[in-house]
Amino acid sequence: MHGTGDIDDSGALLEQVNQALENATPLRIQGSNSKAFLGRVTAGEILDTRSHRGIVSYDPTELVVTVRCGTPLVELMQVLDAAQQMLPCEPPSFGDGATVGGMIACGLSGPRRPWSGSVRDFVLGTRVITGLGKHLRFGGEVMKNVAGYDVSRLMAGSYGTLGLITEVSLKVLPKPRQSVSISLQMNSERALQHLAQWGQQPLPICAACHDGEHLHLRLEGGGGSVTAAQDRLGGQWLDNAYWADLNEQRLSFFDEDQPLWRLSLPHNTPKLSLPGRQLIDWGGAQRWLKSDAEATFIRQVVEEVGGHVTCYSHGLIDTPFQPLPGPLLRYHQSLKQQLDPRGIFNPGRLYAEL
Amino acid sequence: MNILYDERVDGALPDVDKNALLQALQTQWPDLEILHQQEELKPYECDGLSAYRTTPMLVVLPRDIAQVQGVLRLCHQRQVPVVARGAGTGLSGGALPLEKGVLLVMARFNQILHIDPAARTARVQPGVRNLAISQAAAPHGLYYAPDPSSQIACSIGGNVAENAGGVHCLKYGLTVHNVLKVDILTVDGEHLTLGSNALDSPGLDLLALFTGSEGMLGVITEVTVKLLPKPQSAKVLLAAFDSVEKAGRAVGDIIAAGIIPGGLEMMDNLAIRAAEDFIHAGYPVDAEAILLCELDGVEADVQDDCDRVRQVLEQAGATEVRLAKDEAERVRFWAGRKNAFPAVGRLSPDYYCMDGTIPRRALPGVLHAIKELSAEYGLRVANVFHAGDGNMHPLILFDANTPGELERAETLGGKILELCVKVGGSITGEHGVGREKINQMCAQFNSDELTLFHAVKAAFDPSGLLNPGKNIPTLHRCAEFGAMHVHAGQLPFPDLERF
Repeated sequence: MHGTGDIDDSGALLEQVNQALENATPLRIQGSNSKAFLGRVTAGEILDTRSHRGIVSYDPTELVVTVRCGTPLVELMQVLDAAQQMLPCEPPSFGDGATVGGMIACGLSGPRRPWSGSVRDFVLGTRVITGLGKHLRFGGEVMKNVAGYDVSRLMAGSYGTLGLITEVSLKVLPKPRQSVSISLQMNSERALQHLAQWGQQPLPICAACHDGEHLHLRLEGGGGSVTAAQDRLGGQWLDNAYWADLNEQRLSFFDEDQPLWRLSLPHNTPKLSLPGRQLIDWGGAQRWLKSDAEATFIRQVVEEVGGHVTCYSHGLIDTPFQPLPGPLLRYHQSLKQQLDPRGIFNPGRLYAEL
Repeated sequence: MNILYDERVDGALPDVDKNALLQALQTQWPDLEILHQQEELKPYECDGLSAYRTTPMLVVLPRDIAQVQGVLRLCHQRQVPVVARGAGTGLSGGALPLEKGVLLVMARFNQILHIDPAARTARVQPGVRNLAISQAAAPHGLYYAPDPSSQIACSIGGNVAENAGGVHCLKYGLTVHNVLKVDILTVDGEHLTLGSNALDSPGLDLLALFTGSEGMLGVITEVTVKLLPKPQSAKVLLAAFDSVEKAGRAVGDIIAAGIIPGGLEMMDNLAIRAAEDFIHAGYPVDAEAILLCELDGVEADVQDDCDRVRQVLEQAGATEVRLAKDEAERVRFWAGRKNAFPAVGRLSPDYYCMDGTIPRRALPGVLHAIKELSAEYGLRVANVFHAGDGNMHPLILFDANTPGELERAETLGGKILELCVKVGGSITGEHGVGREKINQMCAQFNSDELTLFHAVKAAFDPSGLLNPGKNIPTLHRCAEFGAMHVHAGQLPFPDLERF
């Protein structure tokens, strides 16, 4: 329907899953492998999703796009761009070949996330090949749909451990009419104080990052609100390209050798004292840490303030995702057992027990 | 096909000795309020779907979480089904009791525990009313966005269980987009926290799965919601059209102009006249359809958007476009819409509210088909539509005292929902499946999909004691329902691949 790469290869994917089920062979689902550095190191027969690709339907006035899992993310972005629309959650690619399926499975969101919502918030429906070897449909192409359990949103961020996402329907939105970025010189304590105040006011802020010396803000909306906010806040003009560099971890902060940790925190968490360097994103709710400190120490500090930590340096520790409390882990295992009884989908990628 | 619990097709329920259970509860929790006399149980025999009633075996009204935990543990030990209930305003019978079950009423947990303006969150007990959260947040200039029409009475626990919506969903999302964390008790009384005070949490997104799970996976004991700064300005445009098709197209045109209104509602002539009679909102009563378009945000943008939308509406053929001249008129415009259900209720002894969603482009066809069905079944249908997000609320007017009318209304409603599925929509946008739409689930999902839903349920509640019979039909029920629908050897919608 759109472009040349429109191929329904779900039959072959289903066959590979059924083969794996028959032989009880674990599968390692991958698109371009751009996010292979996330999660635990796992083995398994490779299931390459990239043959199943193309945009199935897109009607800009419905604000819904339906895409096959192997479609390159960049292709989806181009199609949305041409219609002056966007995926508001700004998922990072971490590589030119990143696919839509991987984007959903990892569920990572970009700088706009605290204001727009996350990847899962924009998922309306999915088609999934399940652990019983069936190709099923959940959710749909409508904004509101509460029939049955919300299996579609459960798939977002599940790292392929519950089934193979073959297709996804996403809510999209018009791009803002105006988008301007500014930089304000201030220390991080002051930046966090400001952000807490501004957050209670109807300001058009939709990205906020502090790099140690400057608070970078992106203002989006109609012309009037953006200009008014710019007048009020002052600061230096900043190229909007900054946000893509932040999102794709191309800023010099990410170049240093030390391990990279992602801290997810309550919005108004004060500056955290940890060894190494920090970059504050998401208006304070996501912080990047470059540090040689022990995982257990970092986690202890972050848990005390109600957050959690992910290790972004591949293979550094065996639990890159924060370990779950016992009872919660049991329900994770129980759900995995029910949906993937033969344990073929990315076993061990999230946790050794799943 | 009757929707009340039928052990033959919905599964056998354990036989429980009511007196022994009552005694055990009384002994273990002397302070726990328990209703067990016929006349005390009566008020709890239905929720907002009042056409269907079942007297529960017992009603318990705990006041602290330890009691809830105790009730769940005891019921689990004795294999007694438990149906949780909040304010009982649900429209799909999600809190419809069971004769062989305990009704667990969470309404007394009505405390707002903490408002944190800097973090923009509110931590509340599950029985807190939706509107009470916004009222408590108002001094900080904040509010809780999802606003189901019943917001004055419905509880946040019920909102989470049903993934409640409202008139501002297109821009501000459903409950699932506005909840950060829930505390739950599992079927055997074990405490879990899903989500966190941060924007995400490790592991699978069980918070998303739990939202809208209709009390089937656990009982909510605490909710932390996101608060938003109140928009500086909100303006409402009212546009009249001489055909519903034109009004429908205007909705697409507004979106195509790159504008996401805070609210975008449509009403047809019958609904307009009913609302006008009741509220005197100033609606044009000879219009075939009206659109209410609310634009909110920063003053300068709102003014700008208003001008654009007015232009779009005029180009789309609106016979009249009116901007609410002040806050009083804005509130009046909305009051007409928010009271559309009771207003329609005045036209008829009874009405039945449907909740299907459709892709917006299908609207003219679906409205036309509803008109034909309405004539075929001899029942009037008023249409109220969350036009921005494709959520229709056809209201079927009937008189339950006229023999056969309720059944006719049910059948007509079922047909409308199946029509929604046929055009790529859903049988429920925000009211939930509950018991009401249990048969239509068989039209939306095939047996493999239903089997997966049952597997999800089994992961949390293997013995099926939480709210049995709701949300997901048994394959047995679907087989019988499907058999009923085979006419002249043809399934309905033979062109529908997935039925």
